[in-house]
Amino acid sequence: MNAYISVSKLRFITGLQYRAAALAGMATQLFFGLIFIMVYVAFYSHSSTTPPISLEDLVSYIWLQQIFLGFIALWFRDHDIFQLITSGNIAYELCRPCDIYKFWYAKLLATRVSSVVLRCLPIILIVFVLPEPYRLGMPPSVITLLLFVVTLLLGLLVIVSISMVIYISVFWTMSPTGSILMIAVAGEFLAGMIIPVPLMPLWLQKIVYVLPFRWTVDFPFRVYSGDIPSAEALWGIFVQLLWLGVLIGLGRWLLRRALQQVVVQGG
Amino acid sequence: MGTPLISLGGIRKSFKVAKRSAGFRQAAKALFVREHTIVEALQDISFSIGEGEIVGYIGPNGAGKSTTIKVMSGILVPDSGSCSIMGYTPWKDREAYVQHIGVVFGQRSQLWWDVPVIDSFELLKDIYRIPEMIYKDNLAMLVETLALNEIIHTPVRQLSLGQRMRCEIAASLLHDPKILFLDEPTIGLDAVSKVAVRQFIKTINKEKGVTVILTTHDMSDIEALSNRILMIGKGTLLYDGSLSALRNRFGTHRTITIDYREHLDPVDIPDTSRLSWSAERAVYSFDNEHISIASVISRLSEQLELLDVAIDTKPVDELILQLYKEHLI
Repeated sequence: MNAYISVSKLRFITGLQYRAAALAGMATQLFFGLIFIMVYVAFYSHSSTTPPISLEDLVSYIWLQQIFLGFIALWFRDHDIFQLITSGNIAYELCRPCDIYKFWYAKLLATRVSSVVLRCLPIILIVFVLPEPYRLGMPPSVITLLLFVVTLLLGLLVIVSISMVIYISVFWTMSPTGSILMIAVAGEFLAGMIIPVPLMPLWLQKIVYVLPFRWTVDFPFRVYSGDIPSAEALWGIFVQLLWLGVLIGLGRWLLRRALQQVVVQGG
Repeated sequence: MGTPLISLGGIRKSFKVAKRSAGFRQAAKALFVREHTIVEALQDISFSIGEGEIVGYIGPNGAGKSTTIKVMSGILVPDSGSCSIMGYTPWKDREAYVQHIGVVFGQRSQLWWDVPVIDSFELLKDIYRIPEMIYKDNLAMLVETLALNEIIHTPVRQLSLGQRMRCEIAASLLHDPKILFLDEPTIGLDAVSKVAVRQFIKTINKEKGVTVILTTHDMSDIEALSNRILMIGKGTLLYDGSLSALRNRFGTHRTITIDYREHLDPVDIPDTSRLSWSAERAVYSFDNEHISIASVISRLSEQLELLDVAIDTKPVDELILQLYKEHLI
């Protein structure tokens, strides 16, 4: 088996062990989903202007966000990699006949996938049978559903590439807390995790649209509900691919520089 | 011996270390101005090692042992100097080169903490692209010789240090490496595990012709294993030669331990120094060139009723200490 597939497999299996965390996660995600929707329902019922996104689309946006939290949350960290760098265990990674970038990428990807796989099914079952207006609607067509799957997965790859850049920065900062916190807080907001992008003021939307973050959250979820039409979605997939190329290029370049001057911590 | 398997020439490596004195004022100052000192971890290290050797690499803490190992295993890039191992330059041809080496860092773990050992092994099999047949053979051999049968299906976090170390060593040998680097493989192990590990290292060296380079602070490791030692101190190579040559250099010292029927007054023998005295046991040290063993014993027996006599050459630890002293490290 290919080494990169093999490491994802092992990571995936490891991830599946954490059942209690998954249960707690499911409860939290359902809870937050409901609270957010309640808040928006209250806002929408007292709004005098037509909101830029319909309540139905917003509800599916929020549920998808909760279901696929593991795919899209920037703060989702892989402690292993931090520890590898800060404790010096990276020494072992470096004496393997592997490309470290690909190796870590595979690990991160598998961690996220295992987290979502473990939690998503029960949540999906529940949110599809909730009463209106809390129920998650179906996408308008099969094509939309397909586009959603493609954009969501591409978004996952984009977010892993962004995390890779953060992880690699630990070589210089030696503390994951700083770089994670800075990029994660800003990044999540700019991705539309806190407030959906259509509800942001126009000037902020302009900023959001030139950054990579929204392609991981805002974009796939609005494709699902049809808020972004199919033609536009295809164009978006192209942009996602573009960002993916840029971020992977950046990550590889940084890692190469880091390894040239690597200091193995702790003797 | 032909061309050496490993040859290092003029390797230098320095680290920048942030420094500040203790105290709040200094800490506050360090917020604005960082002081760095350059630590020369390796200064002009050159040596070569032939195929099939077991080489002990020794030196006090912070001498640069681990740094050398890391340069040789392609992890660190040195500031200058050349290194050729099996025709590769480790830090340039890293991915191709590491296929041929195995590394064990005694203070770190390469096994996955939360899953059974065998899962880590399977992953290594894929990482090194080990053919199924070879993997099976090697695994069977390692399980047998390192007695891993009962622990291989246990998650790593539940293993004792000795068990884990045996698994670590097995993990670094699954892919039939030509060279094995061991950085303090016996650290923290009890006597039984130490002996098992040493025995195993000897076996793979003999049977598979694996070249072994090990660093250790435990001189009995060196005594049991290596025919050659390299000593490093403050980043420079201080000694390169066999253990017996080192012995001969300082080796005319002997200690004699005697047991006798109760005798209350200490006895002194000329040309020896008395290290300890009790009513029934005493230890003397002397230089074999100045006084022969026979005359020491005969003089002792003139005054004491000897029950038992044991003569020791100077322990290797002391030889090494003397060597350190000679070089002021």
